[in-house]
Amino acid sequence: MSQNQALLSIENVETYYGNIRALSGVTVHANPGEIVTLIGANGAGKSTLMMTIFGMPRARTGRIVFDGTDITQLPTHEIARLRIAQSPEGRRIFPRMTVQENLQMGASLDNLKFFDEDSRMVFDLFPRLKERINQRGGTLSGGEQQMLAIGRALMARPRLLLLDEPSLGLAPLIIKHIFEAIKELNKNTGLTVFLVEQNAFGALKLADRGYVMVNGIVTMSGSSADLLANPEVRAAYLEGGRH
Amino acid sequence: MVSEVQKNTSAILRVERLSMKFGGLIAINDLNFEAKRGAITALIGPNGAGKTTVFNCITGFYKPTEGMLTLTRQNGEEYLLERMADHVITKRAKVARTFQNIRLFSGLTVLENLLVAQHNPLMLSSGFTVLGLLGFPTYKKAAAEAIEKARYWLEKINLVSRADDPAGDLPYGAQRRLEIARAMCTGPELLCLDEPAAGLNARESAELNKLLLDIRADTGTSILLIEHDMSVVMEISDHVVVLEYGTKISDGTPETVKNDPKVIAAYLGVEDEEVVELIEKAEEAGVDDITAAVDLLSSEALHEIVETHPDAQPVELIPANTLLETAPAKAAATRKVSAKTAAPKPASPKAAAPKPESPKTAPKPESPKTTAPKPASPAKAAGIKAGATANALAEPRGGKADKLILIKGIGPVNERKLNEHGIFHFDQIAAWKKADIIAAEAYLAFDGRIAREDWIGQAKTLAKESQAKPAPKKTGGAK
Amino acid sequence: MADVQNTERDSVFAKALKEGIISGAIALGLFCLIVGFRTEQNIRNELILTQRWGLLAIFVLVAAVGRFLVTYTAPMRAERKKLHKVAEAREPSAFRKSFPKIGLGLLFLYPALVVLILSAYQGSMMGGLQASLKYVDNFGIQILIYVMLAWGLNIVVGLAGLLDLGYVAFYAVGAYSYALLSAHFGLSFWLLLPMAGIFAATWGIILGFPVLRLRGDYLAIVTLAFGEIIRLVLINWTAVTKGTFGISGIAKATLFGIPFTPGPTGFAAMFGLPNSGVYYKIFLYYLILCLALLTAWVTIRLRRMPVGRAWEALREDEIACRSLGINTTTTKLTAFATGAMFGGFAGSFFAARQGFVSPESFVFLESAIILAMVVLGGMGSLVGIAIAAAVMIGGTELLRELEFLKLIFGPDFTPELYRMLLFGLAMIVVMVWKPRGFAGSREPSAFLHERKMISGEFTKEGHG
Repeated sequence: MSQNQALLSIENVETYYGNIRALSGVTVHANPGEIVTLIGANGAGKSTLMMTIFGMPRARTGRIVFDGTDITQLPTHEIARLRIAQSPEGRRIFPRMTVQENLQMGASLDNLKFFDEDSRMVFDLFPRLKERINQRGGTLSGGEQQMLAIGRALMARPRLLLLDEPSLGLAPLIIKHIFEAIKELNKNTGLTVFLVEQNAFGALKLADRGYVMVNGIVTMSGSSADLLANPEVRAAYLEGGRH
Repeated sequence: MVSEVQKNTSAILRVERLSMKFGGLIAINDLNFEAKRGAITALIGPNGAGKTTVFNCITGFYKPTEGMLTLTRQNGEEYLLERMADHVITKRAKVARTFQNIRLFSGLTVLENLLVAQHNPLMLSSGFTVLGLLGFPTYKKAAAEAIEKARYWLEKINLVSRADDPAGDLPYGAQRRLEIARAMCTGPELLCLDEPAAGLNARESAELNKLLLDIRADTGTSILLIEHDMSVVMEISDHVVVLEYGTKISDGTPETVKNDPKVIAAYLGVEDEEVVELIEKAEEAGVDDITAAVDLLSSEALHEIVETHPDAQPVELIPANTLLETAPAKAAATRKVSAKTAAPKPASPKAAAPKPESPKTAPKPESPKTTAPKPASPAKAAGIKAGATANALAEPRGGKADKLILIKGIGPVNERKLNEHGIFHFDQIAAWKKADIIAAEAYLAFDGRIAREDWIGQAKTLAKESQAKPAPKKTGGAK
Repeated sequence: MADVQNTERDSVFAKALKEGIISGAIALGLFCLIVGFRTEQNIRNELILTQRWGLLAIFVLVAAVGRFLVTYTAPMRAERKKLHKVAEAREPSAFRKSFPKIGLGLLFLYPALVVLILSAYQGSMMGGLQASLKYVDNFGIQILIYVMLAWGLNIVVGLAGLLDLGYVAFYAVGAYSYALLSAHFGLSFWLLLPMAGIFAATWGIILGFPVLRLRGDYLAIVTLAFGEIIRLVLINWTAVTKGTFGISGIAKATLFGIPFTPGPTGFAAMFGLPNSGVYYKIFLYYLILCLALLTAWVTIRLRRMPVGRAWEALREDEIACRSLGINTTTTKLTAFATGAMFGGFAGSFFAARQGFVSPESFVFLESAIILAMVVLGGMGSLVGIAIAAAVMIGGTELLRELEFLKLIFGPDFTPELYRMLLFGLAMIVVMVWKPRGFAGSREPSAFLHERKMISGEFTKEGHG
């Protein structure tokens, strides 16, 4: 069983919104130290899978195992305590807290022990946040909020980092920085990353492996290079003008 | 409309010495730029540069600290936007906008969203509710017209089938399109779009390009957009303004801006050679048999969808097919842009030159092995589909088809179907006999709509108009 | 496979047992002093401590067993729910579809039915009429007043999403305008009814102006204060309102000039009927029924007008509304004014029915009850709100009738004392069982292909 050594393994998960099935029989895994990406059209269920890992909504069938622990029915805050951090869809920063306080919330698991060290790392990655350190989160521009959401997730010193469209609303240069930073973190600290992206090219280039999701079903998986070369993937997600 | 655009090259919006301060924070500092009438102007820049703040000033959500925002309407009326309340700007100055984080009325249906956008004309026709409450016919008529207008835009954005679903239930990409359609329902002369392509994948942003070009072509609406997706900015905009820290650092055609070292340093970054290499490698490996792949993917996807999402919309289902269809259409659209704006920017290869075979801008449907339908690519249309009407043509006369969507009732989907069956011109529809109508209704899957909506009558007038002047003005959407 | 199921069952049983014991312990801790001991004064004014261990044991047992059963059956219920959900048809049943029509028919026939049934029971027509008085008045009229008030408030809260905690103020304005104007100027009910509505609407706009910029909690607090201000003015402006004594002897409503008096020009004499007070009650019943239906009709019509759609859009997203050229100021004010107007109508009816008004009738609790009806019924749904009003008012009235409970709980038991307790419990149960109210879905105001109900999970409650 190769999945025994996987850090995160999602087995045959089905998730519903009311009566509508959003995920059907999804089986995905991420090995330690890997960057895995999930690509697919809008509404395919990528973000739902991200949220299902956190138990919001809960998987109705199937199992989600993180580092040998079954987290399928674990309360969300306890899942977060296992050091799974997420930069969620829609950013969900704390709008009335300052940038600094938002980052502190991210670091609260360690009682701010590593706050200075980690915040320096975040500010290196996003110098813009340092300029805005005492500004309220809600007054930041959309792209800056996105940076803050990613920064907050990094502050938790995660073992598994879930990124839901980190490039959304960001300038091309910043996207490049973020992708480089993820790669670097992954190389230096062995951080496992699970990445959902519309920018399929960038995501596949960054990741080791990838999955393709169509309407709540994983239809394809393989190494990034294979997927990049795959004509179906190219036709559906890569072409059309983005370069 | 095209001729009018060329005649009237005055600025629709002039931004002069605009400054915006929040406490000690300077969000915009002494900004000057112009948006030309009938043009697509892009506002780009790093995050936090103040782009959305500029939008909020234009649409009245913020009162600028200093500066003047002058909007000149088609009829010559001038409005000083900085002195007007937000809803008055939409109502009188005819400026509409969308939001970065989509603001739809999620609990109202798709149709209702478009009806709310027509609040002001409907309010008048309902006699400020009093006449409407008493059941006067003027309101009933206006309400029916409002629904027709909504239907027109739903056809444009391919959401007719989901008209009665709550807007919050739509997938992200469809919500973005709906928000644009809702803004268009206010009948704007200037449309401000805040990151319309954010969160869209490559195929969807290609569709968005087409939608925006269509809007401009059909209604003559000028567009001002904020965008980070360079494929959108570079392909459709006529003019780009670059902001950094609230000041303008560059201003010009997409091509000049793209090569401006200041913009590259602040915003774009250097070209990633590695990516280009990867694309090329992958292309060599996998370009051979796209058609087979497309067929496989679409049938597989369709199967799953029928099982899981009975009411899912076809646009999302058949990604590859749609891609094939939009690509040539986009090429055609690009050609139109180039025709209009060829003079000022001959040195813009990607935006101006009609080169669908450019590997980065469009997929490669013109591979000789392709068997999938390629309707809008007339030169290659091998044969007309079965069940075609009597006067079908193998290809449009003079290589250029009429815009059949000008006929009320024909949306982009039906236009494509008609093209597939060899119908390209108004006079062809105008000449339809009874048998032809039956044949056409069979493949359009309509019952009696052709007669009800008087396509033939419409086609006759349009055919006459198109003989009189080459580019007929679109009346349906601009009212 | 069977083993697996057995162990699963065992683990569920163990879990349920554990949770049951914990719940029991918590209940013991909570109720030990409250229920377990009781102090009473004896004749010599000495405090006597009595111990009630039996009663405490019942409380603890109920908590423990209840929790155990809930946890133990949870997997089974989840299983059944899953099956049920898949099988459930999306289409509402024929009964639910035609429910409004059936309900309406019953409402029109209600007094006649009551009279008929009671006549048969009592054996005489006159006896039936006299006995029906209580049912028509206490149940019929009382419930319909609240239905109308709740429908009026629904425009403000349910449609426009503006949380108004002082709605009873407009009810008071309507009632006092009728009482004062009819007492001082002798104007008739039919003239004063629209005037009361106009006065209340004016006050709605006056309240609307200062609160335009407020949202959520702040709006709620200011509207609550407004309700209290009106009530305190009524108490303290004694020269006009006679303060807490109230205004009595208010003229009754007439049937287009025909008074309901025993004299020769009265209703009974005109139609050659025996004298009875019941005709007036039945007349009032149909009057309030018509007023309530007017409210419903206007609401339904308005929802299909641009202004109604703008209200709902305002509830969903105010900023988007402004970006579409909708003047949110006037839209909010029309919502306040329209809601207040119906409150005013109801108020003047109330004054005509009671013949007496005092500030006592317009306390905050009334606002809270009306708001509770709107919330319980499901924001924006007329049928749901009517059901909620019937259940809440009918239920409390019914408690007065439950004399038989004395047989069970002993002669000291007075069910009315438990009214508010049962009221609160019922609200909690409904909110747990149906978090979006009785009718959790919204009917769209326009459609292209077919009218589909919109699930409550998409609609927003508004931010004030």
